[in-house]
Amino acid sequence: MSSLPLGSRIGALLGRMGLKGRVLVIAIPTVWLLIFFLIPFLVVAKISFSVAAIARPPYLPIVEWVDGFFRISLNFGNYLFLLEDPLYVAAYLGSVKIAGVSTLIALLIGYPMAYLIARSEPDRRNLLLMLVVLPFWTSFLLRVYAWIGFLKGNGVINNLLIGIGIIDEPLVMLQTDFAVYVGIVYTYLPFMILPLYANLVKLDEAYLEASADLGARPITTFFTVTLPLSLSGIIAGCMLVFIPAVGEFVIPALLGGPDTLMIGQVLWNEFFSNRDWPIASAVAIVMLFVLVIPIMLLRWAQSASEGENQ
Amino acid sequence: MSEAISMSDARPWADPTAAPFLQIKNVTKKFGDFTSVYDVSLDIYKGEIFCLLGGSGCGKSTLLRMLSGFETPTSGQIIIDGQDQAGIAPYDRPTNMMFQSYALFPHMTVEKNIAYGLKRDGLPKAEIAKRVSDILSLVQMDGFAKRKPNQLSGGQRQRVALARSLVKKPKLLLLDEPLGALDKKLREETQFELIKIQESLGVTFVVVTHDQEEAMTLSSRIGVMTAGEIVQVGTPREIYEYPRNRFVADFIGSVNIFEGRIAEDGESHVIVASHEAGLDIYVPHSISGVIGQKVAVAVRPEKVQISKGDLGNLRNKLTGTIDEIAYMGDASVYQIRLDNGKRLRVTQTNLTRSEESTLNYGDRVNLGWDGSAGVVVTS
Amino acid sequence: MKRKSRFLMIVGILGFTFLYAPILSLVIFSFNESQLVTVWGGFSTKWYGELFRDPQILDAAWVSVRIALASATLSVVIGTVASFVLIRFQRFRSKTLLSMMITAPLVMPEVIIGLSLLLMFVAMEGLIGWPGGRGILTIIIAHSTFGAAYAAVIIQSRLVDMDLSIEEAALDLGARPVRVFFDVTLPVIAPALMSGWLLAFTLSLDDLVIASFVSGPGASTLPMVIFSKVRLGVSPDVNALAAIIIGVASLGIIVAALQVNRSNKMSQS
Repeated sequence: MSSLPLGSRIGALLGRMGLKGRVLVIAIPTVWLLIFFLIPFLVVAKISFSVAAIARPPYLPIVEWVDGFFRISLNFGNYLFLLEDPLYVAAYLGSVKIAGVSTLIALLIGYPMAYLIARSEPDRRNLLLMLVVLPFWTSFLLRVYAWIGFLKGNGVINNLLIGIGIIDEPLVMLQTDFAVYVGIVYTYLPFMILPLYANLVKLDEAYLEASADLGARPITTFFTVTLPLSLSGIIAGCMLVFIPAVGEFVIPALLGGPDTLMIGQVLWNEFFSNRDWPIASAVAIVMLFVLVIPIMLLRWAQSASEGENQ
Repeated sequence: MSEAISMSDARPWADPTAAPFLQIKNVTKKFGDFTSVYDVSLDIYKGEIFCLLGGSGCGKSTLLRMLSGFETPTSGQIIIDGQDQAGIAPYDRPTNMMFQSYALFPHMTVEKNIAYGLKRDGLPKAEIAKRVSDILSLVQMDGFAKRKPNQLSGGQRQRVALARSLVKKPKLLLLDEPLGALDKKLREETQFELIKIQESLGVTFVVVTHDQEEAMTLSSRIGVMTAGEIVQVGTPREIYEYPRNRFVADFIGSVNIFEGRIAEDGESHVIVASHEAGLDIYVPHSISGVIGQKVAVAVRPEKVQISKGDLGNLRNKLTGTIDEIAYMGDASVYQIRLDNGKRLRVTQTNLTRSEESTLNYGDRVNLGWDGSAGVVVTS
Repeated sequence: MKRKSRFLMIVGILGFTFLYAPILSLVIFSFNESQLVTVWGGFSTKWYGELFRDPQILDAAWVSVRIALASATLSVVIGTVASFVLIRFQRFRSKTLLSMMITAPLVMPEVIIGLSLLLMFVAMEGLIGWPGGRGILTIIIAHSTFGAAYAAVIIQSRLVDMDLSIEEAALDLGARPVRVFFDVTLPVIAPALMSGWLLAFTLSLDDLVIASFVSGPGASTLPMVIFSKVRLGVSPDVNALAAIIIGVASLGIIVAALQVNRSNKMSQS
């Protein structure tokens, strides 16, 4: 070092200080997320192996200091219970079914809307987009609440239908799976439209003209050119709807009936109504492994393949 | 295509006692397994406009980024004005760079953009204001001080970028494709302005470009690069008239190449027996080669004469048929097919105005060039 | 191809009706005289009066706004640092971990985030005595964590698009890296920071599930109060509240849209 000219020695010094600064900068978000995101899952995992008790907090410790030894008592009972009681399996399956069907409906409604917006004049396009986004900035809870007034026995829809004379008796819509589908599609429709729009608006009209020029009718063009080219937008939109829908709590709680089974609601009830923290933790851990991690892997694979294409 | 700077005092590279201002010594840069720059050594003198010319991916930009300090050489040394630049960060180097994208700060006015570097040096406000307004008038942009970059045209942005990189009076100004984003007309005007500004400030320029015309117009000397290596260094005239190898001959301008073998190696001439031309080509300069060695003769299209009549006493003569004619306005380009199938490109200046061309498709023509028009390239 | 098929027009009209009919009916019935939310009993603004006299709702709104302001700001700070580190730093050991942790909240069900953070807070309190009960602070921490994930998505995409040579130009002109960040990088990505902040703010104001898990007895957010009211059935003052929120949001969006429009026109000229 001593043979180096002064300038480069100072440079090396600054380089080292820079390295310290770098570590500090990396540490800020990393430590925050470790403490408030990753480690909490380990705590959940730990508690899922303990036994519920009437105590503060309401579970027994799994590591105890007994007669000079650590005694670790892992209790797999919570997981066995999830398997034994058909409620839980039904709730996991029910969540997937409700989220899947809702996603499909949202796609069927959202695709033509996105297509319409993408093919509008630029000025009108921005207005329509704004109209799609605007509900998102208002309260989610209140938008779900609006459907109670719409769907209930003496609600807007029944009043309207009876007024026109189509039905005599009010339809039972609130507190059914139907209401949950409506609520999910309604809430997450913008999430479907936006990525589809972003994809479709980039679609060069020359492709469609080329297809028409080569003799394809509009319908054929749609299925052989437009649809395949918008596949990545479809996948992105479906992910954005399915992911929040599958763990949804508010919509089934407000619009669903007693036989609507969704796992988010089950977890909530175990925690708040039954105060059974270990079971709630076990439900969360299973949800993590069965639903969330596959979704994360899928997303990861998708973004990796997109990166390759570019 | 001329040496635009005055050559009366300026040929320091020819003077063995002159000390180079920028020394690049055996610089190599590797990115993983890929070698971007390989063993480049260059001496560049004070006041030069030195162009690094090459196709995309030839390593010229990497070399420039090593000069500015954004990349560190894997091995080798860069010395500017006697000071080794190893370990010196970009913000401490006596260089400034004009970026290809101009890289003007979009949120600052023209004035603030230009003042940015001076503020980092901690100059007093009054001096900053003076230098900013001086440089603005030098690049003829007074009156634009308060504009934001997105309110300027491409040519105006280019001037601001130039002003911003010059205002700190760097020892070395690095320009990355300085005219690349301008359209052709504007580019031609700007080239000469750039030279004027460089002469008035006396700053040494290193320019990276892929455009040979730009390199020819701007440079005192050109370094032609390919695959990470410098293949020839010389004045624009040397590079054009005496290309050292096939790559340089082909890269700068267009050229006809005749493959052959050395048939006779005299004191002041060579005769190359070319099967491609069907001719023993006479070249009036000596080379260091052996009889029978494979070489090629390069002849520029504008140096080949073409006529339906007799060409007089030219050293090298051929006959062929006109295949294609491209009328370019100032000149016409002819594609000639020799009897053995070899194709030739010939350019003729359109000296007289006429509606009809005297030469037509399918015409048999005589071709010829003077001995000195050809040059032997060995590799 | 500018001619649109009738099918598309019909779907478009039905789709936007679907999106807006419930919202409009909320607003209309907020001016309903009758206690019955869906039967028109004459025009009245009495529910607005009732709303502004309800201390529970006013308190909750104030709690929510404070939480949203704090957590949106923290979200942007964490999101910006994380994005910068992920996009600009070459390689470092915890890069994959950080990138995973900053994106995972986007796919994590709210019930899991809420539960895991609550259990973490309880465990931390047992070990080190902090955070000392649950309330506004714990909600802010929770909201900042998942708000940062959303802010990071926006900021990262802006950073990726940003011309790197702008930062290099600042370095070249003599600015040290920290200076470059504050002089050049931050101002250039400022619009993304603003959008990230607004998104995090809205998400925080909107959140019911996570807040319910990590809040304590003293701290009820607006969504928590609305939820407990709504569970008991529809009530007209909630309609009035909805109308106000919709009005504010629409106004904000329109102002923002006009702003964007103007700056677009400016940059075109």
